[in-house]
Amino acid sequence: MYSQALDQRDESPRGVDDAARLARFDERVAAEDKIEPNDWMPAAYRKTLIRQISQHAHSEIIGMQPEGNWLTRAPSLRRKAVLLAKVQDEAGHGLYLYAAAETLGITREELVDQLLTGKAKYSSIFNYPTLTWADMGAIGWLVDGAAIMNQVPICRCSYGPYARAMVRICKEESFHQRQGFEIMLTLSRGTDEQKAMAQDALDRWWWPSLMMFGPHDASSVHGEQSMTWKIKRFSNDELRQKFVDATVPQADFLGLRVPDDELRYDAGSGHYVFGEPDWDEFAAVLRGEGPCNEQRMAHRRRAHDDGAWVREAAEAHAAKHKAAVA
Amino acid sequence: MVSATSELLPLADGCLILSHRLSEWMSNAPTMEEDIALGNIALDLLGQARGLLQVIGDETGVTEDELAYFREPQEFRNPLICELPNGDFAFTMARQLFVDIWLAHVWSELAATASDEQVRGVAEKAIKENAYHRRHSSSWVVRLGDGTDESRRRMETATEALWPYRGEIADDRWYDAVDAALTEATLTMPPRDAWTQRSSLDGWHTEHLGYLLAEMQSLARAHPGATW
Amino acid sequence: MTEKNWPLWEVFIRARNGLHHAHVGSVHAVDAEMAIENARDVYTRRGEGVSIWVVPSAQIVANDPGDKESLFDPALDKIYRHPTFYEIPDGVGNI
Repeated sequence: MYSQALDQRDESPRGVDDAARLARFDERVAAEDKIEPNDWMPAAYRKTLIRQISQHAHSEIIGMQPEGNWLTRAPSLRRKAVLLAKVQDEAGHGLYLYAAAETLGITREELVDQLLTGKAKYSSIFNYPTLTWADMGAIGWLVDGAAIMNQVPICRCSYGPYARAMVRICKEESFHQRQGFEIMLTLSRGTDEQKAMAQDALDRWWWPSLMMFGPHDASSVHGEQSMTWKIKRFSNDELRQKFVDATVPQADFLGLRVPDDELRYDAGSGHYVFGEPDWDEFAAVLRGEGPCNEQRMAHRRRAHDDGAWVREAAEAHAAKHKAAVA
Repeated sequence: MVSATSELLPLADGCLILSHRLSEWMSNAPTMEEDIALGNIALDLLGQARGLLQVIGDETGVTEDELAYFREPQEFRNPLICELPNGDFAFTMARQLFVDIWLAHVWSELAATASDEQVRGVAEKAIKENAYHRRHSSSWVVRLGDGTDESRRRMETATEALWPYRGEIADDRWYDAVDAALTEATLTMPPRDAWTQRSSLDGWHTEHLGYLLAEMQSLARAHPGATW
Repeated sequence: MTEKNWPLWEVFIRARNGLHHAHVGSVHAVDAEMAIENARDVYTRRGEGVSIWVVPSAQIVANDPGDKESLFDPALDKIYRHPTFYEIPDGVGNI
């Protein structure tokens, strides 16, 4: 099953039959067969998956912070309950994904260590601040909306554990997006101040949400191989277009203006034409120069460090108890 | 401003305020699994608080949100122990155990005796939730009490710091249950007859509640009458 | 910063009575009690289950993936084990 000792054997013996195994692997993936933890897989496939799944897991865990920021100020008890459930789901999603990554022969501690030391990345979107309550709406509607756009195709990913985790996550995410849209709808039907709050949130989150799909296909580093391996099903630009096409009419419904002067509907193609995100800003945020990068990382490290004595105590207790039983 | 009197208030406010404190742990817990666990408990307590606040609100003609967001600190009746800042994980778990044991007794009594059907419904649901909370908090108290030297020291510090705040929630049954739990954790329960803080029943609170509510109520109060 | 790994446990959940327990993922925990609690919190936040099994991952014995063909292929051509192998005339009724 997922036992890690078993995962190791498929890496060896290396050499003569690698080419044959690789051919068989490619055939299986092309035929939409799922790859499971103990199956042989090319080292690069394993590495790509570990990178992508863990990056995704880290994003969920860091993603708890911007929304957690409003947990203690939610303006009604109903909203408080919904937000709490949502932030909690994010921890859950992080854990489903860490569990999926672990089937590839890497431990949770190694993964967490990569996050804390800055070796691993997480989604750039979580380096933006949540300044008003409307940001809870915008995050659910736009950020989770973009995430779902990205994630639904991964439910058919060639790697079984990742695909299964994504099925679970996507089911839960649709609640996230809906509650976000509901917040935006309530605000946009509310007082003038609430409407302004909603518009301001859309203004700040629109472009970062478009950046969530990553750079243009032409400059995407990992794109093509991931497509062949069926880890990825659509290109960054395809997904971004789908997102804009789906979201603009929703903004219209809310009576909010998408902050893009170039935005127009092209009847010929049936798609919206839209402007360029600020790719310099994207690069800067990825470099660590976003508004909240340092804050998010410091928060995660502090939580981890503050918890060290608790984790040690739990281990010590379990060890004593085991010794006493034996 | 909204006000209400009900003998359910200490329970409703206690659940609300403790839920709020637990929600502050989200993304700060010692393990990610524990983030989820604390979130679950916070959600259960919030649900319990809302169930009761709705009943109290119906009696007084106000909503649960008006009760939560538009009462002044001195109108809250939560046991003081619920409003204390979280401290470290040992403090949070010891407080949780103390409150869980109190709630276990309160809920079962309410389920058996409440004349209001809605209140009985809240209590019956809460009994199941509370059993899980209590298992969770007592296993952590045992793990920490009987863990490392550091965790033991922190557990002792927490128990001592919390002890004066037991006044509103302690009775003989409570002492017996706490004694049993602490004994399993290889800790000694402080004396039953030690001094206690005065209760919140006349509006007395710690200074902490004012800050908690200032934060919790800030947005709702900035937009009175708004729908969220 | 590297820490000792907490043991990994595989989680199996029975969605409702009448169904098998099915594998849903894994959790880390120092002991069985914590593994059950963590599994409950991580995998059943939406009423997904009525019963949980946790098994130390290290205790699971799996076949060598290299044996897949010798273990499973021999069953593939025994089509006579399946009811559709047999033709029953229309007039016979349910059989």
